[in-house]
Amino acid sequence: MSEMSFTKSSGAAQPAAGPVLEVSDLHVQIAARHGTVRAVDGVSLEVAGGEALGLVGESGSGKSMTLRAILGVLPPEARITSGQIVLDGVDLVPLSNSDLNRIRGPKMSMIFQEPMSALNPVMRVGHQIAEGPRVHLGYGRSKAAERALDLMRRVGIPDPERRFRAYPHEFSGGMRQRVMIAIALSCDPEIILCDEPTTALDVTIQDQILRLLARLCAESGVSLIFVTHDLPVVAQLCQRVAVMYGGQLVETGDVRAVLLDPRHPYTLGLVRSAPDVEYVRDSLVPIPGSPPSLVTPPSGCRFHPRCEFAEEDCKVLPTPLRVLPGGRSTACLHYERCQDAVAADRVGP
Amino acid sequence: MSAISFPEPVLAAEAEEHAQPRGARRWYRQPALATGLILLGIIVIAAAAAPLLTPYDPIKQNLGASLLGPSAQHWLGTDQTGRDTFARLLYGLRTDLRIAFIAVLLPFCIGTVLGSIAGYFGGWVDSVLMRLVDIVVAFPFYVLIIALVFVLGPGQRSIYIAITLVGWVSYARIIRGEILVAKRQDYVLAARAGGLSAIRIIGRHLLPNVITQAIVYAMSDIVQDILAIVTLGYFGLGVPPPTPDLGSMINDGQNFLTTHWQLTTFPGLAVVVVGLSLSLIGDGFADLIRPGQL
Repeated sequence: MSEMSFTKSSGAAQPAAGPVLEVSDLHVQIAARHGTVRAVDGVSLEVAGGEALGLVGESGSGKSMTLRAILGVLPPEARITSGQIVLDGVDLVPLSNSDLNRIRGPKMSMIFQEPMSALNPVMRVGHQIAEGPRVHLGYGRSKAAERALDLMRRVGIPDPERRFRAYPHEFSGGMRQRVMIAIALSCDPEIILCDEPTTALDVTIQDQILRLLARLCAESGVSLIFVTHDLPVVAQLCQRVAVMYGGQLVETGDVRAVLLDPRHPYTLGLVRSAPDVEYVRDSLVPIPGSPPSLVTPPSGCRFHPRCEFAEEDCKVLPTPLRVLPGGRSTACLHYERCQDAVAADRVGP
Repeated sequence: MSAISFPEPVLAAEAEEHAQPRGARRWYRQPALATGLILLGIIVIAAAAAPLLTPYDPIKQNLGASLLGPSAQHWLGTDQTGRDTFARLLYGLRTDLRIAFIAVLLPFCIGTVLGSIAGYFGGWVDSVLMRLVDIVVAFPFYVLIIALVFVLGPGQRSIYIAITLVGWVSYARIIRGEILVAKRQDYVLAARAGGLSAIRIIGRHLLPNVITQAIVYAMSDIVQDILAIVTLGYFGLGVPPPTPDLGSMINDGQNFLTTHWQLTTFPGLAVVVVGLSLSLIGDGFADLIRPGQL
């Protein structure tokens, strides 16, 4: 299926036809003292080869849980109750941990939010990068070191021969995140799951890292799922975006279409509350209320208690994603109102 | 524009702390650690170089020269069978130090392995191992050691077995606690996300981060082991005679305490000094590495 080539140049030229990763109707529940938390509640995603999918939503919306479920590294109190996670035609949900260990690394990997704590403080960075190839690709010590140096060059770490023997604390935040990216790339995965990798970095470094990820995506044809709550970051890096609220997807589609012309009031709220350099609003509009409890979620549409367009039917009717023209979908029953509101915003101020 | 305020540089103090050079924590700047290392160094060298420091055989009896007082020939006099006390002291230190250093290794290794398994996997493995620890801990250290050696019969092998059976629990507890905390770190999640096996995560990622605590404990554990060995020797359960051993020397000299105090006092002092130096090293070493842990 996938040969372990160094650059995977064959995959880069023509993106794979089918989706690399297909998540369908994923449910993750967390057993907590005050009840069962339905952290992920029926999420379906598709990621094509070489595509970057943005997964946005506020804290506690289930973004990170979705990523950890895909990777099979959920916390001990959480478990997948139903759904499928198909990577390269193989459903990962029923696999044992040792079977997953053959997939994590060579087929998918992860980049974390906090590069300091995600690197082992007492291990030389070169060895941390070389560890994946040694374990998964069966490289010897010197070949793995070669590979690590090559990766350090590719992610833009200057003077890799000297930096190979350094410890994580000797690196700056941006350089540490480059090391994380090198580790994630070390076994040529097909998809990299990114859990807010730029949140802990300052804006200029953030921009460098995003450019690096975009370049690596284009070069090697690796797919990304990029979890963040930073809409401009999604706009810069991703082709498609999926918006999560209360453990469910509320809107998906092309990144320009969704962010410029939202079809769900929650997305509209996110866009309105984000600062914009080109178009300075008089004031940022916050979304009123607070995120829903995932132990006893609101009936009907989970956003209705905070929604300015909510009607009586929103409180009772289930709100699955409905497909709209233009390859996008929304969970809102009254998405036309959003459309009108966006139009009004444009003419307004 | 005037509304912009400039916050005070609250992080300055923190930055200063980090700017402190590592050299300020070097070992020779720590009086306790330096004293301990020098004391232990002298003792170890003296014990190792025993044949060079004394012409006497610690075992060979010379009944014509029994119970002599300190003199130029016999610095600490001789015992009831005419053996040179200073020679026996040096060779006794040799025996006891060697046994103690070997005896500390086995429980260290076994405790570390079992503790990391308990801490990393948790669940029933953890429960079983920790109940086992509770059972061992329920008995006083010396009572259990003496009882075990008594059952197994005197000798070095019994000492090793007894100390291992009793000593591993402390290491298991320390390592388990450290791993319980460390396994929640992101780098462990990252290692799991990289498809590494549990054994590799424990061995290559967790243990290097937590082993220092066990090493610090091992320093004070050696003291306890030496005291246990000396105690066993005193009770006649240690190294069988005529091999010199500080515990049996103290016991033998006890009968002559009023007339020949040096027979008991100097071996006793040697035990105190060895224990003190190892304790100083253990404490100093702990101080040395603790602030360095981020």
